[in-house]
Amino acid sequence: MPIAHIMASGMTGMRAAGDLVARMQFSKSMRIGDAKDFVSKKLGVSNADLSDEYVMREIREELDIGVITSVPGCAKGIAAKMNIEKLLGININCCDKFRETIA
Amino acid sequence: MATEYFLRMGDGAKIFMSKEDIMADIEAGCADAADLGDIPSLSEDEMEKMLDIITSPGRIVGVEPGMEVPVTHDIGAIRIDGDQGNSGVGIPASRLVGSMIHERAFGADTMELGHIDYSYKPVKPVISQEQQTMEVCQQNMVIPMLYGAMPNMGLYYTPDGPFENPGDLMKAFKISEAQESIKSAGDHGIRDMVWIMQRLQHVGCDGVNFDTIGAAGDGDMYASLNSIEALRKEFPNMYINAGMAGELVLGMHGELEYDGTVLAGLWPHQQVGLAAKAGANIFGPVCNTNTSKTSAWNLGRSVTFMKSAVEASPIPCHVDMGMGVGGIPMLETPPIDAVTRASKAMVEIAGVDGI
Repeated sequence: MPIAHIMASGMTGMRAAGDLVARMQFSKSMRIGDAKDFVSKKLGVSNADLSDEYVMREIREELDIGVITSVPGCAKGIAAKMNIEKLLGININCCDKFRETIA
Repeated sequence: MATEYFLRMGDGAKIFMSKEDIMADIEAGCADAADLGDIPSLSEDEMEKMLDIITSPGRIVGVEPGMEVPVTHDIGAIRIDGDQGNSGVGIPASRLVGSMIHERAFGADTMELGHIDYSYKPVKPVISQEQQTMEVCQQNMVIPMLYGAMPNMGLYYTPDGPFENPGDLMKAFKISEAQESIKSAGDHGIRDMVWIMQRLQHVGCDGVNFDTIGAAGDGDMYASLNSIEALRKEFPNMYINAGMAGELVLGMHGELEYDGTVLAGLWPHQQVGLAAKAGANIFGPVCNTNTSKTSAWNLGRSVTFMKSAVEASPIPCHVDMGMGVGGIPMLETPPIDAVTRASKAMVEIAGVDGI
């Protein structure tokens, strides 16, 4: 059932830019239009591109913010989230904790 | 003979109806929500759009390109390794693996970690295990990763908890004692939920999902809103999702308030303001499915309630659309024709910010 929702209405997470839009909704309480505007401006794409796997695949790999397939050498986990922090201008809790650990 | 279209009953059974009969059910469902909530019904154009979605010839439908919304997830990886009681499919996998499957294979926009019992109270004895699992999940995952559980105040009453069961007290006409028990359970629940989330935030958790707020009535909502307020004060950047259990807050206590508003009897468009005031980032409004009515009636009713909540809300609304809510049939394997139609209607007519 969750997959049916994702296919019908979802932004497909890391396949496109769903995780980035969701992060802005959660971190800044942005409504859907504002969150999409914010992320698309940061990425330099249109709002419709945010759900377009073809467009987002290349952008995600270029920015090293995590890609859906397992590409050797690409940032994963906290490393990818640290790049997302820089892209969106937000702090992510686990990245803060990681920085505290290595300080 | 009029052309008939297939749709579903609220229990998932396939039925066939004429376009006129489907429209009559949509109108009746919308009218029921409008009457109960004292909110506007859908317009004729909106009902026509819903009719088009329901009678669409394809097995699966989807939103127009560009209208996609984030899909948040409750229950966590229990969906993968859990038993039938949690709608799990029983695949032996760690919660990290289950979460990564959601991220990498299913295309989930957010994920959450949940304890197998999926209530806050039983998390307390195993908090270190939950912290360790959350830490490993955060090290490996990219999408937002919350911790989710049910406030479930029912666990705080006898025979499962320390407070006398308000149902038993009410049967003995001990009304004030029942109210006191509900309030005491709520206060205990606040301490537990805040304590648990303090520890999970300490290991890098993104935030919290309060799942099925109000399931045990207004005491449940009292505890949840006060927990949200305390957590927001301590963790200004924490992600907080406030998801409801039903469209109406049941008045088990009847007089509990939050911010000067009596909680009993609140409908979604009245609940959302309190969730935002408490400090939630996202609100999950709910409308339960009536299994004896058609999916047209249930969807009309549900979209009417949700549209009203979305319009009243100062924060994003991610409508709850699991089994038996949001116009979805009430069974563990809801047919995808019904799921995708409800999904599209909720985004394109109610204007929800997410699911």
